[in-house]
Amino acid sequence: MPIIEAGTAAPDFTLPDQDGNDVSLSDLEGQTSVLVFYPLDFSPTCTDQLNVYQEVLGELGEKGAKLYGISVDSAFAHKAFQDQLGITIPLLADFEPKGEVAKAYGVYIDERGHNQRALVMIDPDLAVKWSYRAPTPLEIPGANLIFDALEQQRAA
Amino acid sequence: MRTSSSTRSSSSALPEDLSSAGVPPPGPEDHVRGEGAVVIEYGSYECPFCAKADALLEEAAVRRVFRHFPVDSKHPRATALAQAAEAAALQGRFWEMHDSLMADQSHLEDPHLWRRCEELGLDLDRFEADRRSDAVADRVKRDFRSGIRAGVATTPTIFVGGVQHAGVPDAELIARLRR
Repeated sequence: MPIIEAGTAAPDFTLPDQDGNDVSLSDLEGQTSVLVFYPLDFSPTCTDQLNVYQEVLGELGEKGAKLYGISVDSAFAHKAFQDQLGITIPLLADFEPKGEVAKAYGVYIDERGHNQRALVMIDPDLAVKWSYRAPTPLEIPGANLIFDALEQQRAA
Repeated sequence: MRTSSSTRSSSSALPEDLSSAGVPPPGPEDHVRGEGAVVIEYGSYECPFCAKADALLEEAAVRRVFRHFPVDSKHPRATALAQAAEAAALQGRFWEMHDSLMADQSHLEDPHLWRRCEELGLDLDRFEADRRSDAVADRVKRDFRSGIRAGVATTPTIFVGGVQHAGVPDAELIARLRR
């Protein structure tokens, strides 16, 4: 299944974050959001990705962007993962039905039971503005790609 | 202690944004040593994989460029250590401090840094002032930002001929660099 394309309405969702609070697509209205789909909590590569994004989170915020991590792990695992990494990026649990949101966004790997590594930017009107899928789950999309997409959005 | 006349470094300004840009070629501000294939490395002194990569690159006998890529949320001392190396650089001892830090990553607190300074014969008062200076902070940030723009997302990441290799260089790459 291909990743969701720019120009599409963002598929609706409601998922608990690491503290068990529900986050819905409608909560993202009026802000630029980046959904960071990643394979699994506590895998070494995922760790580096979220840590590097954390380092530039302030500057992403200055440009009006808010990040959300999404994987199939539970809210409790997310909480522990967030604590271990020392990050503040909210992590959403696409846990039950497993991977349902990832499937709607076209970033789920059925045979592995987890997400691909992918970024989806959603504009304040809840339309997909940009999407990117890493060639392999081992490759981390650099934060530069998010800044590029924000530039494009501003220029458009 | 800052005075109004020296609040800001007048060296080259930090890049404004973090959008994609190619990895900058080695320049006069870079720390470079050795002869051979040019390898630009983004690394951190608190990262064990960087120490491993460091040893491999030394053995491979390449022309090394080291740039700081501190990820403090993962390695809380990373920025402080990068600044320590830059403070040593201001006394002409960058690579000595670099080697000292990479050789022993289990002693990275301030008293350990002072001991390293003593071993390297550095002026400790100057070191302490320099490592907290805006100029040194900016120097480290410039490296980090050039790495972000070039797509660095993990340490170590090395660039050979403009091609990015994330992680500890594998045997095949080291063999290629050796030639």
